[in-house]
Amino acid sequence: MNEKKVTNPALEVSDMQAYQDVAGEVAVEDARVSCRDVRVYYGDKQALFGINLDLGSNAVTALIGPSGCGKSTFLRCINRMNDTIPNCRVEGNIRLDNQDINDPNSDVVELRARVGMVFQKPNPFPKSIYDNVAYGPRIHALAESKDHLDSIVETALKKAGLWKEVADRLNSPGTGLSGGQQQRLCIARAISVQPEVILMDEPCSALDPIATARIEELIDELSENFTIAIVTHSMQQAARVSQRTAYFHLGNLIEVGDTEQIFTNPQQQLTEDYITGRFG
Amino acid sequence: MTVYLVTAVLLFSFGGFFSARRKAHALRASGPIHSLPQYHGIRVALWCAVPALLILLAWTAFEPRVIELLVRSYLPPEFANLSEAEANLVMMEIRSLAAGTFGISSDQAYVEDAAEVFRSFQKISDYAMTVSVMSFAIVALLWARTGVLRRYRARQSVERSFNVFIFLSSLIAILTTFAIVLSLLFESFKFFELVPLTDFLFGLDWNPQIAIREDQGASSGAFGAIPVFAGTFLIALVAMLVAGPIGLASAIYFAEYAHPQVRNFAKPALELLAGIPTVVYGFFAALTVAPLVRDLGIAIGLEVQARSALAAGVVMGVMIIPFISSLADDVINAVPESLREGSYAMGATQSETIKQVIIPAALPGIVGAFLLAISRAIGETMIVAMAAGLNANLTANPLENVTTVTVQIVVALIGDQEFDDPKTLSAFALGLALFVITLILNVIALTIVKRYREQYE
Ligand SMILES: Nc1ncnc2c1ncn2[C@@H]1O[C@H](COP(=O)(O)OP(=O)(O)O)[C@@H](O)[C@H]1O
Ligand SMILES: [Mg+2]
Repeated sequence: MNEKKVTNPALEVSDMQAYQDVAGEVAVEDARVSCRDVRVYYGDKQALFGINLDLGSNAVTALIGPSGCGKSTFLRCINRMNDTIPNCRVEGNIRLDNQDINDPNSDVVELRARVGMVFQKPNPFPKSIYDNVAYGPRIHALAESKDHLDSIVETALKKAGLWKEVADRLNSPGTGLSGGQQQRLCIARAISVQPEVILMDEPCSALDPIATARIEELIDELSENFTIAIVTHSMQQAARVSQRTAYFHLGNLIEVGDTEQIFTNPQQQLTEDYITGRFG
Repeated sequence: MTVYLVTAVLLFSFGGFFSARRKAHALRASGPIHSLPQYHGIRVALWCAVPALLILLAWTAFEPRVIELLVRSYLPPEFANLSEAEANLVMMEIRSLAAGTFGISSDQAYVEDAAEVFRSFQKISDYAMTVSVMSFAIVALLWARTGVLRRYRARQSVERSFNVFIFLSSLIAILTTFAIVLSLLFESFKFFELVPLTDFLFGLDWNPQIAIREDQGASSGAFGAIPVFAGTFLIALVAMLVAGPIGLASAIYFAEYAHPQVRNFAKPALELLAGIPTVVYGFFAALTVAPLVRDLGIAIGLEVQARSALAAGVVMGVMIIPFISSLADDVINAVPESLREGSYAMGATQSETIKQVIIPAALPGIVGAFLLAISRAIGETMIVAMAAGLNANLTANPLENVTTVTVQIVVALIGDQEFDDPKTLSAFALGLALFVITLILNVIALTIVKRYREQYE
């Protein structure tokens, strides 16, 4: 084994600080999303210290790290969900297809149509299954006719692997489905507007193992057409679904690389400690 | 007399508390005891006061009746020939004389004698009462004090007394409610003996008459409640048309848009509106809004009556705004944040999110809030008593004068009443009908609100 870079990072949230020494290559060739020096502040408190990271086209990037290290915060920068939090400030440069998403001229509504999000807890709207999926196409006026809308809904549900289970009850409430079905409904809702990127923040943490396995399969299928970033607490899940893995620690990106390499041969002591379960 | 007695019993009870506590303290000084000294004190105090005061209560309740029976047996035979009303009058005279009320004298000698007898019985009764109450208090105190022992579980017996006390309190609350409803039912039945139920429920003419002369028939009035209820609902409708949109919009503003500082200031300010006495709204409606509505109507060529359903309804609506606003605000705040995030993440704007996600999610709760507000509007009395009309008028035109159930109840009970008069009794029938309607509305509203809460728990 090669020599590990021994580091002495801050382990207490109270002394979070910039930690510049990133192992691995942050840039990828066919980057869809490209983040440079992203810093986030909640009021006076800094939560991210200059993150540099690319998300490759049609690939799955897993974000791992102990709780509170800023994974969700980073994810929410990419579709500007942090805008909805009062006193949250985002600095740095984030590009989607080489356009600055924080540019004052860029439209957050349009951005969010291009960058979909799936949340930790399934959050279907209190509407029918059909209306849940049709929500995005309707507000963005994507359908030309009722038939067109029907086909958009059907396609999204099929891609989310839910069509067979709900085809005969599209008008029953989405909240009546099981947890796993609800999460797939939320995925169908996210892909109904044909986004380029899908952000998933611990999408399986509220689900049982069988439902989790279905979602993992689904992520694998979706990665053919979408660029996906997934936050997960499960090493196995990161290993199973992602091609690249980024390890976050106390607001810093510590290491990024091919998933296999991160799990078999991490460059940083911190990464190794985390994936071998020494803390986190 | 009773005042002194009560004071004395309470003093003894206090004394019992301190003496039992001191005894328990002394016990504790020489080894562990089961209950804290103050529990022993409270137990002895309760034993001393409660039974003695109950005896006192029972005595004062029954004393006059017993004495009266005794006095009657002393009265001469001619008393037995008197009619009941006259006999009562004589008894009243006797009682007044016995009490020594100034200026009372009787032309009947036997009345004076009876008063004398009455007075002596009362004296005996008072002595007997004092002796029995005080001796009971003292005996109970001394007996209970012997129970201040090392192993005695005074804490548990205090606990039991407390349970009995709170049980009795809630029993009183429930029983009084039942008693009110029962008396409402009972009096309504009397009304429906005079006026057929179908006439009341389906009649289109409401025109209750007071029997001005003896010989005037009681049935000369018309008791069709439909115009009265129609008026009530017309005013409630106007009120809801005012309060519904404004209340809901302000709730949305407070819940979704307002800066926390604005919210912290403006929400209590709005809730202050709910604290204004309705009588103030009432004269505001009668003196300011009604003439204003009338002038406005005349200015645009409409015929508006001086007391219009519109004026009363608008002011009632203003009164209800804070009610709807604060209920709807709670409901909207209870919509989980995750739904908002889900909608924003789809690229929806704030108003799209409110219209398409938040309002539908909060709808059951909002409906519940509206129903509660309606039941408040139809039960409201003061505003309509001052600003709505007195004459039943079956109309759907809010510019006309209408009357309401609550106003008619007030009218029926103002002035001289005879309790076998249908006009007076009609108040109970109207009250019963109003009670049933608001009860149903409240039950529906609370069921909806409850189900809504469960949905997000
Ligand atoms: N809305 C917020 N307001 C203030 N601080 C926040 C907020 N959200 C997250 N934080 C802080 O930012 C840091 C990163 O949080 P987060 O991104 O949620 O971590 P992770 O998702 O990795 O568990 C934490 O220290 C957290 O306390
Ligand atoms: Mg998180």
